[in-house]
Amino acid sequence: MREKDFPILSRKVHGKPLIYLDNAATSQKPKQVIRAIVEYYQRSNANIHRGIHTLSEEATWAYLKSKKRVAKLISSSPEEIIYVRNTTEAINLVAYAYCAVLKPGDEIISTIMEHHSNIVPWQMLKARGIVLKFVDINDDGTLKLEDYAKLITSRTKLVTLTHASNVVGTINPVREICRKAHEAGAISLIDAAQSVPNMPVDVESIGCDFLAFSGHKMLGPTGIGVLFGRRKMLEEMQPFLYGGDMIREVRLESSSWNDIPWKFEAGTPNIAGAIGLGVAADYLLGIGLSSILQHEQSLAEYAIKKLGEIKGITIYGPTPDKRVGVVSFNIAGIHAHDIASILDKEGIAIRSGHHCAMPLIKRLGISSSCRASFSIYNSKEDIDALASGIMMAKKVFGK
Amino acid sequence: MSQDIYREEILDNYQHPKNKGKLAKASSTASVYNTLCGDFIKVELMVKDDVVKDIRFDGDGCAISQAAASMLTEKVKGMSVKKVASLKKDDVLKLLKISLSPTRLRCGLLALDAIQQAIKRQ
Repeated sequence: MREKDFPILSRKVHGKPLIYLDNAATSQKPKQVIRAIVEYYQRSNANIHRGIHTLSEEATWAYLKSKKRVAKLISSSPEEIIYVRNTTEAINLVAYAYCAVLKPGDEIISTIMEHHSNIVPWQMLKARGIVLKFVDINDDGTLKLEDYAKLITSRTKLVTLTHASNVVGTINPVREICRKAHEAGAISLIDAAQSVPNMPVDVESIGCDFLAFSGHKMLGPTGIGVLFGRRKMLEEMQPFLYGGDMIREVRLESSSWNDIPWKFEAGTPNIAGAIGLGVAADYLLGIGLSSILQHEQSLAEYAIKKLGEIKGITIYGPTPDKRVGVVSFNIAGIHAHDIASILDKEGIAIRSGHHCAMPLIKRLGISSSCRASFSIYNSKEDIDALASGIMMAKKVFGK
Repeated sequence: MSQDIYREEILDNYQHPKNKGKLAKASSTASVYNTLCGDFIKVELMVKDDVVKDIRFDGDGCAISQAAASMLTEKVKGMSVKKVASLKKDDVLKLLKISLSPTRLRCGLLALDAIQQAIKRQ
């Protein structure tokens, strides 16, 4: 699907054509995104919001257009889109700005399936007496939904979880969980880093209060990410960073804050990154997120079948219809890093290790895994090559 | 330096590690983790008269980290404490006879880190 748009895919690694299967870490970028960034720097580079001159107007217009495109991608309004660096910063923004009003004894519920970025910021609040609880998983890598009934209490203020696991690919029933949170009077935060690039995400339908994702995993540049926040929440929250751009009026004694979303975007933002991100959002919408999910699930299904034929393999996670294009596995007697090293020599890029989800890896009873993750440009042939590469690794290790 | 990091000696040391296990009596121990990949090495030392008389390691990890532990524990046996403390990255690479990328270097140096930490605790 659209491989020709991705210049990097024509390069060779160790003399072999690159097969890139590390998309859950970061995706490659289509030439449309790269061109938009270059054009901005070559034609319109200027600071936004304040300049009256043509370049500043062009840059401001391009920045606002990016917000509209990203808002369209997740069915929000542009005023509810805050640009940050990445998902991690988006979650930290909620942890600092929203959670400033929490009191000792208030509770936050996360899950064992989370990326470290949706665990560590909440652990930091424990010093203020805030209680942190975790929902467990079933053996197939799906959430133990019955845990919510046990964990949610009248003190629960925030329910946070990943939309799709970066390790086992599980798509979580976020709509149902957000509803449970709201019924208990809590708010909800969704880590959508692995879902926005790969499937339709609609904040209205999900009903979440916050949703965080990164540009670089969705065909956009690094250094730009998004926090969606409901208008009411954003208006009530205090800013996270203070300085330029986020103010309405500054006197020496005190200042007043700008409207949303600008109140949360202190300092000159990543303008080029934002422009690239907007083009990436448009690109994804042009293909259609339902088609992308279908493509990825067919690759996941093929991978589970094809790799499943390899003797000594363990594949983690649920059935293909319940996951995005992420497949984690281990080969008996060979460490994930060694598999990844041997595959690299064949030009195949996969991830190995704990995938920044150490509690989940431990819960699965392992210390690391190999992970192949797919994007629009991957094909069944890539998975065939992966399977052959694994067979080579087995040969090297005499397994 | 070999480009093939999985040369025979490495695989042999990984699959049949030397000095793996525990000492009946240790004068110091140290454990280190490679947070990148979850590799783990624990070293037990017996030092007498400032010389490493015996050494064992236990661990879990990739071929590089475990083979390096096997080969390095073998090398330091009989070495003076001072000499072990002065071992450098290049000494390990010379021993392994392979070149490692910056990421894999951390796997290769895990055992050295564990051994030198145990030496410091003498």
